[in-house]
Amino acid sequence: MKHILVALVENKPGVLARVAGLFRRRNFNIDSLTVGTTEDPSVSRMTMVIDSTATDASAVERNLYKLINVLYVQDVTNEPSVIRDLAMVKVSAGPENRGEILQLVDIYKARIVDVGQQTMIVELTASPSKVDQFVQLLEPFGVREMVRTGLIAMKRGDEPMFQEETDEHARGEWRVLNTN
Amino acid sequence: MQRTGAQIVWEVLTREGVDTIFGYPGGAILPTYDAMVDYPIHHVLVRHEQGASHMADGYARATGKVGCCIATSGPGATNLITGLATAMLDSTPVVAITGQVGSKAIGTDAFQETDVTGVSMPVTKHNYLVTDVRELAQVLREAFHVARSGRPGPVLVDIAKDVQQATTEFEWDDRPIRLRGHRPRAQALNESMSRALELIKAARRPVILAGHGIILSGAYNEVREFAEKTNTPVALTLLGISAFPRSHPLCLGPMGMHGEAYVNQAIQESDLLLAFGMRFDDRVTGTIKTYAPHARKIHIDIDPTEINKNIKVDVAIISDLKAALERLNPHLEAGDHSEWIARIQEWAEDTHARDIIRNAPTSERLLSPHVVHDLWKATSGNAITVSDVGQHQMYEMQYYSHDRPKTLITSGGLGTMGFALPAAIGVKMGMPDEEVWVVAGDGGFQMTMAELATAVQENLDLKIAIVNNSFLGMVRQWQEFFYDKRYAATPLFNPDFTKIAGAYGIPAFLVDNREDVIPTIEKARQTPGVVLIEFRVEMEEVVYPMIPPGSSLAEMIRRPKNGEGTTEVSDEMKQAGIGAASV
Ligand SMILES: Cc1ncc(C[n+]2csc(CCOP(=O)(O)OP(=O)(O)O)c2C)c(N)n1
Repeated sequence: MKHILVALVENKPGVLARVAGLFRRRNFNIDSLTVGTTEDPSVSRMTMVIDSTATDASAVERNLYKLINVLYVQDVTNEPSVIRDLAMVKVSAGPENRGEILQLVDIYKARIVDVGQQTMIVELTASPSKVDQFVQLLEPFGVREMVRTGLIAMKRGDEPMFQEETDEHARGEWRVLNTN
Repeated sequence: MQRTGAQIVWEVLTREGVDTIFGYPGGAILPTYDAMVDYPIHHVLVRHEQGASHMADGYARATGKVGCCIATSGPGATNLITGLATAMLDSTPVVAITGQVGSKAIGTDAFQETDVTGVSMPVTKHNYLVTDVRELAQVLREAFHVARSGRPGPVLVDIAKDVQQATTEFEWDDRPIRLRGHRPRAQALNESMSRALELIKAARRPVILAGHGIILSGAYNEVREFAEKTNTPVALTLLGISAFPRSHPLCLGPMGMHGEAYVNQAIQESDLLLAFGMRFDDRVTGTIKTYAPHARKIHIDIDPTEINKNIKVDVAIISDLKAALERLNPHLEAGDHSEWIARIQEWAEDTHARDIIRNAPTSERLLSPHVVHDLWKATSGNAITVSDVGQHQMYEMQYYSHDRPKTLITSGGLGTMGFALPAAIGVKMGMPDEEVWVVAGDGGFQMTMAELATAVQENLDLKIAIVNNSFLGMVRQWQEFFYDKRYAATPLFNPDFTKIAGAYGIPAFLVDNREDVIPTIEKARQTPGVVLIEFRVEMEEVVYPMIPPGSSLAEMIRRPKNGEGTTEVSDEMKQAGIGAASV
């Protein structure tokens, strides 16, 4: 099963190296890791996808909290949330199959962002499984290059993500108890 | 007030309670050394920076305060690393300060430039690189806070040389530190508390597993109260030695790879393990597949990542141990486990029958257990012993009976040879009124013996026992058991240790028979200053009992029955020993 963890970390030099170092040192297997800015310039947001058959997501969460620069970790796997992945695919597109590709683009609400003599770049932002399907459908035309950002996630609803003033790092304990 | 970065280092350190620092100067840290002269700090000049980090570690373990060391950039800083890794695995609070090349030169492979924050990242709890003098005071305060809060650990602060030279406004801010991250919850949940109480009440064969956390949290009285009230026997990890009085009727003794067979048997037969500030290290569990199969487990630890890491537990109490027991103890019902304890005592009879002290009161060759046992006797069990790593360390665990907390200082998690002498210097600096003994093997002692000069220069009253078997004894033992006695690279050529001592003006004695052990220890105790005794012991001793790596706690290689000779190792155990994933 895939687990999605969202971590808020201080936007300071070396924090990504600390997180990456932690994963390497503890032998945690990560499918994807994205890092980006947030509404607060002093905070960055990381989204990581963990294959929990190989790696205990709760152990990842608890270990992240040991890093001094980690403010908050949220496991959104079982929370109602919006999950997106962005893919750019450079696909072979001679005159004979452009039409067919355009159809697919239309069905998937993807976009064509570049057109060359023999290729096109198609961009799709969607749920990861939808992106998977789309890429698969493009494969017969000849995928020349492909890049995906890795997934990002956000919980739905009005509830604030966390209260920096009062929240303690206690979620790990809850998870531990729940597994028993 | 206006202060240079160099002055700020000492302004903060003195306010954090540092009066002693262990270090070695060099170009990139010179401004800070220059400023030091004006502050009430005692600097101990080591002979190798590894010594400085071990000394800071030993100082911290003995005093409970943060230990401090300082070194220059590049090689100075990398020499600290072994000591930081040692402190990391044993959770001791250390702050290491290193000079770095000028901030403009960082990244240019400047002279003596090393990426010290990069190198030290996996072996520190946290580290900082300071390139702006305005951040220095806050970073140093944070470093002390991080080192001592929660589960303690080493923190490194790397300070660019130009930051040390720059000037800024310094104002001491004594408000409590509050970090944006790092706010571990320290209070256990009510529901885990009540679940724990249920299990404790229902237990028929409980055992407390006493670890280093008891010492770090200062929970001796609470653990004792718990054990006495519930009538629960106590088994010790290596770093749990001295966390519970060895002479207490409920104390079973050491567990694990070289623990006593009856203690391991008690764990295997137990129906409730109470893990107090210990982390189920592979050295105490043996193979986890067969570990304590009948036992429920309650784990109290301040570090949530320790829960379910090696052993799945039934109740996790994530809390400072003392705080948790203060809440649990009032609700405990008086227990009576005399039947269970009597059963363990029965198993213990067999161990006593094999005991080397009772069975071989004297022998032709001097034996290491006799040395350690007699040291215990001659010091009335009251010394702080600082043990190195190897066979002598396991004998120390088995035969020096510690009753007072923090009286066995040793590198448990990392098993760092060369730890004992420098760590003991740190211990003695921190606890000048204590009698401090180094117990080291001939191998490990030679790794850091340059620090003899430091001990003499500091006029320390430090006693040193070298247990010399002319082998890397513990490795030789593995070769004897698991590699058909092919002694690859374990026989040692040794110097005459008494002459080495002589070169430093240290009085030294050579002992090679049992009768002279106690009188010579007495002589050493009566001679002020550093004194060294070389004990020439039997060359091919074996530490019994032993769980071969990868085997179960139930499969120990026992001491031979008559107290002498050796025990044959079965082929299965041999295979287990060679093939184990972790050795
Ligand atoms: C720095 C370091 N290198 C290697 C080892 C592996 N090792 C563990 S015990 C041991 C032998 C120790 O020999 P000695 O110091 O003579 O003590 P003895 O076992 O003979 O009592 C060795 C080499 C270690 N623990 N630490």
